[in-house]
Amino acid sequence: MAQRTLPPGRGLSVLLLVVSALLIAAGAARGEIPELFQKAVRICLECIGIG
Amino acid sequence: MASRGRLWPIPRRAWQLMSALLANSYWPGFASGTIYQGAGKNVCVPFLNCYSCPGAVGSCPVGSFQFFLAGPGQTVSLYVLGTVTGVGALVGRLVCGWLCPFGLLQEVMARPCARRVKLPGILLTLKYAVLVLTVSLPVLAIGAYGTASPYFCKYLCPAGTLEAGVLLALGNPAIRGMLGSLFLFKLAILVLLLILMVFVYRPFCRTVCPLGAFYSFFNAFSLWRLEWDHGRCTGCHSCRSACPLGLAVDRTPNHPECIRCLDCTRVCPSGALQFTSGIKREESVVFGRDVR
Repeated sequence: MAQRTLPPGRGLSVLLLVVSALLIAAGAARGEIPELFQKAVRICLECIGIG
Repeated sequence: MASRGRLWPIPRRAWQLMSALLANSYWPGFASGTIYQGAGKNVCVPFLNCYSCPGAVGSCPVGSFQFFLAGPGQTVSLYVLGTVTGVGALVGRLVCGWLCPFGLLQEVMARPCARRVKLPGILLTLKYAVLVLTVSLPVLAIGAYGTASPYFCKYLCPAGTLEAGVLLALGNPAIRGMLGSLFLFKLAILVLLLILMVFVYRPFCRTVCPLGAFYSFFNAFSLWRLEWDHGRCTGCHSCRSACPLGLAVDRTPNHPECIRCLDCTRVCPSGALQFTSGIKREESVVFGRDVR
């Protein structure tokens, strides 16, 4: 049966991918996404160069 | 994923155009001078694209990260950090070369001679200082009311000036009426960069962009990366000639400055350079040789 193996030197990439998934989940769990949404749907005066 | 200057059968410029159009696909915003307020803004895009661009349907990671740092809670956004870390771990700076709309603008502006301009090392390290300041200033420089500002967005970001400032002001008289000296300062930076883009290949990415600086740490560790086969290389240096950043690709295929345009893989006559995850089927390497 065909199986995929991880080549040498790719372990850190996979570890970072797992860490990133955990970070996203933790951020979502503590309510960051609605907070981000509230910021992103209002015009950012700083971005324009007003605020 | 194919490896010879294309990802699947689609050329890089098409990827860049599709990304810019998709990330800014709220067309009514351009006419009305308003911004999108739908569910897409829950999603953090992996490249610099101001969330106050009239067409933007996602959130900018740099703006979002600073927003959390500068807010009353002064928190590190795990959601944004996880998103950019994941993208970096997967493909490194491929995002800069294939998806970033501001990168596309810089390439469109560049004359052919721009590829030959070498920047001093000190300028190339400037983006790391910008990254440090982008992250630290909202925490350290706190105002009288206990909150700070997203300083990169406020004083520097040319993508915000162009996408949010200029485009929004064109369609919105109320915004036009509020523009003052800070906007003019940011506009001067944008104009300077637009002139530089003609003569220097991707000056913003190479010297200022904090997101490019962040992704550059991942080039050597990303799952998909460039691999150079010493045995196949004929030493023709076609890869070095093709590299728009003037990198010695055969010596350092995953250099932090590499935006992974993959032009080197396209011109390599012997296939010595491959953009690959290195993952192979076990059955194809039985007896120690690749039989695919």
